[in-house]
Amino acid sequence: MEKHNKRVTGTTVVKRGLAEMLKGGVIMDVVNPQQAKIAENAGAVAVMALERVPADIRKDGGVSRMSDPEMIQGIQAEVSIPVMAKARIGHFAEAQMLETLEVDYIDESEVLTPADEAHHIDKWAFAVPFVCGATNLGEALRRISEGAAMIRSKGEAGTGNVVEAVRHLRSIVGDIGKITKADSAELFDWAKRLQAPLPLVQEIAQTAQLPVPLFCAGGIATPADASLVMQLGAQAVFVGSGIFKSASPERMASAIVEAATHYQDPAILVKVSSGLGEAMAGLEISTLEQKLADRGW
Amino acid sequence: MVKPNVGILALQGAFAAHAAILESLGCVTQQVRTVEQLRAVDALVLPGGESTTMSMLLERCGMLDPLRERAQEGMAIFATCAGLILLATEICDGRDDQHALGVLDITVARNGYGRQIASFETALDVSNLDSPFEAVFIRSPVITRVGSGVETLAELDGNPVLCRADAVMAATFHPELSGDVRLHQHWLSGTIYADYADNRKFAQQKG
Repeated sequence: MEKHNKRVTGTTVVKRGLAEMLKGGVIMDVVNPQQAKIAENAGAVAVMALERVPADIRKDGGVSRMSDPEMIQGIQAEVSIPVMAKARIGHFAEAQMLETLEVDYIDESEVLTPADEAHHIDKWAFAVPFVCGATNLGEALRRISEGAAMIRSKGEAGTGNVVEAVRHLRSIVGDIGKITKADSAELFDWAKRLQAPLPLVQEIAQTAQLPVPLFCAGGIATPADASLVMQLGAQAVFVGSGIFKSASPERMASAIVEAATHYQDPAILVKVSSGLGEAMAGLEISTLEQKLADRGW
Repeated sequence: MVKPNVGILALQGAFAAHAAILESLGCVTQQVRTVEQLRAVDALVLPGGESTTMSMLLERCGMLDPLRERAQEGMAIFATCAGLILLATEICDGRDDQHALGVLDITVARNGYGRQIASFETALDVSNLDSPFEAVFIRSPVITRVGSGVETLAELDGNPVLCRADAVMAATFHPELSGDVRLHQHWLSGTIYADYADNRKFAQQKG
């Protein structure tokens, strides 16, 4: 009973637990307190504070960094739901600042310009939980071995095109399915091919799921997109540019929230999608100069 | 043996974790997202998640009044964290449009311990359990007042964290994340499934 009456913070259960609470919900990118309020009013389970939505980062180019602390604090003061913020891949100093700001989740994100081309952040060193992107199961397990408490499939941020998100989700969920059918000897080969720790591969063989919640991001622009990725196995969705680059952000936000709840009910999806106005303008993946999903390793 | 049909409000939040525990205890579970589903279940779990989101979705789905009615009829309810906030009579620091169903006579303050960095685990002494329960508090609310008809089953810092009134049991923490089934078991056996434990033993003997 050493722990009796003693509080232990920053444990794996506590970090992964907040992701459990976000399941079935929508996490929305916001760039100021006004947008954060719109997101909360629409029923977002959390907001992601960043300086520019991915569509603008893509358009403007240049180096993209952690947001101004004052802006993050402004958003924290405006809403009562969890506030997440992004740090550059490998930029542990930005992550230390975000922890000091008491953001609820840190996204070590490929949407920002990577700060280290070999090393991701050692996320075990933090009490605040981290979410990381992944394009396949090996990448997801490497991030989890570094301490990520939630994985989001990367998709291709800022495009309004869901095709990459679908590819990444299908790859992750598909390989999990194959591992559950593998025999114990084959798991060694899986670990080698995925370049992932064997114990995590063995855990998946037992549980048939990732050790942490699996959410989806990158290119979700409509209620139908949210339904699609959740039917493919995502447990919640991140929507970046898809809300505030649409014709009617309030209505789009609220419709995607309902879609995440009723993703299996096409009649409700029809209702919430009717008369929504234009979704964000999308981009064909083959026309992109820079694929953000290629950042991270 | 008739298995209890336990609904889990699945608008948003940790509904899957509750389902796993209830099924391990021999219940049939039903995810509840519509009024029809709500009417079909014998008992209901209100899981953790974002209370503001759940409150809005309950309203948009037309479920607020049906839920209040079923609770007032005496349906067994187990509410955790955000679920407890929904049941309260009064919410401090809530949004103006946030609904308090008034089913459980308590006053509750949201995010009473602070942001996620302050979320914690601790061992709790719980009435009727012979060893402490490993409780997980995630951005949890704090109960600042309990009404006279509400029994406190566990406390932390002098504030109730687990309480019960008739068929309603409510926790500010997350028993669904502890890997410990005792509170779910306690709720099931103490409510309309008072004979559930015996039935289960009976089924095992037969099987």
